[in-house]
Amino acid sequence: MPVTSDAISIEGVRKTYGTLKALDGVEFSIRRGEFFGLLGPNGAGKSTLIGIIAGLVRMDAGRVAVLGHDNRREYRAARRALGVVPQELVFDPFFSVRECLRIQAGYYGCGREYWPWIERLLDELDLASKAGATIRQLSGGMKRRVLIAQALVHKPPVVILDEPTAGVDVELRRTLWRFARKLHAEGTTVVLTTHYLEEAEELCQRIAILDRGRLKALEGTGQILARHPFRFLRLTLDGDFRLPPGLEPCVVSRLNGSLELKLKREEQPIGEVLESVRGAGFRIVDVRTREPTLEDVFLELTGERA
Amino acid sequence: MNVFGFRTLLVKEIRRFWKVLVQTVLSPVVTAVLYLAVFGHVLGERMQVFPGVSYTAFIIPGLIMMSVIQNAFANTSSSLIQSKMMGNLVFLLMAPLSAWELFGAYVLAGILRGVLIGTVLYGFGWLVVPLPLHSWAAVLAMTVLAGGALAVLGLIAGILAEKFDHLAAFQNFFIMPASFLSGVFYSIHTLPEFWRGLSHYNPFFYMIDGFRWGFFGVGDATIAASLLWTGGFFALCSAIALWMLQTGYRLRP
Repeated sequence: MPVTSDAISIEGVRKTYGTLKALDGVEFSIRRGEFFGLLGPNGAGKSTLIGIIAGLVRMDAGRVAVLGHDNRREYRAARRALGVVPQELVFDPFFSVRECLRIQAGYYGCGREYWPWIERLLDELDLASKAGATIRQLSGGMKRRVLIAQALVHKPPVVILDEPTAGVDVELRRTLWRFARKLHAEGTTVVLTTHYLEEAEELCQRIAILDRGRLKALEGTGQILARHPFRFLRLTLDGDFRLPPGLEPCVVSRLNGSLELKLKREEQPIGEVLESVRGAGFRIVDVRTREPTLEDVFLELTGERA
Repeated sequence: MNVFGFRTLLVKEIRRFWKVLVQTVLSPVVTAVLYLAVFGHVLGERMQVFPGVSYTAFIIPGLIMMSVIQNAFANTSSSLIQSKMMGNLVFLLMAPLSAWELFGAYVLAGILRGVLIGTVLYGFGWLVVPLPLHSWAAVLAMTVLAGGALAVLGLIAGILAEKFDHLAAFQNFFIMPASFLSGVFYSIHTLPEFWRGLSHYNPFFYMIDGFRWGFFGVGDATIAASLLWTGGFFALCSAIALWMLQTGYRLRP
């Protein structure tokens, strides 16, 4: 295996569908052992990028390597190193859960010696009682667990979870988080794409934000949040007055007599803002501040909702 | 080479049709037996195509080969389109399997389904008219080459089709007529000259004629021509299918 510190390296990847530039020179690396978040609004190019890494989509230009193995020239080694949980609930209707897992392991050259590992996966993902059922008979959440097990049957050192918690209930989401954390703790590199930004904030060490096929940000989760130049002030006010003209554009939401202001950290000290609100005639009933979440940063960078 | 991966896919493809044996084996057998019953009964006494060979005996190899090629085609094409429609093809495309391994496993499974149906039909045929066997080698070679060619054609059709409807159209408007109208029920010598001439460019005709030659030692064409045409068609289709698998045509956008 080539010596490299990167689990996945992506160099100048371009992909065009007709006139649409799905990926426009994307370049970054995911380090070994990292819990990495890949975020972006719909149409940002996340799925295309994952497809390219997994060998499901052909890139027009660029290079992708998994654990140093070029995913075209050394596709066997690159694919053996990678497990991908697809976003859609796809399954083979002909076989039981256990059969599907054994078949999937077989594609990777893993035979009976992997069967105990498959049984462990069934146990850990609470699938043991359904191992003999065909996947068609399972609920959506159970199907999602099977997809995760399928991605892990060959014990890949790098795992990509493409929106694993989309459409699952809170309990399963928690279970999947626990499982992903455990995988990571055992040394697996985990790459997560998600629409739930608190999920990325909670789990990921570094985050890349893609937008319209370009990399918008790539930093540690803490740094990305700290970089945000704003903070939020929620005020509950009494009185029917008009806000000072300088504050009106800062209002991001109004609800039942309270409003939230998005303030520039350096230029709009909270003390001065409160003074100006009082000066406009309001009585301040309640004050709360909050630091930006990943969602705020995301909106700032992409101008869209996740 | 990922031998274990290849073997896994092959066994999976065999188990796939084995799990629905009524649909994949029994149904085509019943269809062919019905043809045999109807045509054999109506024309059996009145027609003789080759000297010393009854009409019923004449159509049995044709019906066997027709079933072999139709089902070899159905096996690969239906498996692939189902995987595409269900989305589970990604599991295969993400696996460390080469184009040759994918090709080999799919095609071999298609040939095996054809051979299984052919064997069952041969057994049924034996109950009606015990067939002579001029050359085992020719029968086997023609089965493998024709079954293989159609299994590969099924692979191509499965790759090209975007929905079940496309595949049904290909099957009903091309494979069925081509296999039906290529000498299963008649010798091409009974055809008008134009159609007889055209038949010499039809690979399906050679598949059926060569297979029949294996039983009776006579045919409309020589066994060498049948082997060459069928083998050539197999090779041509294989080259196209392998190119598709290697480049990811329609599979890896």
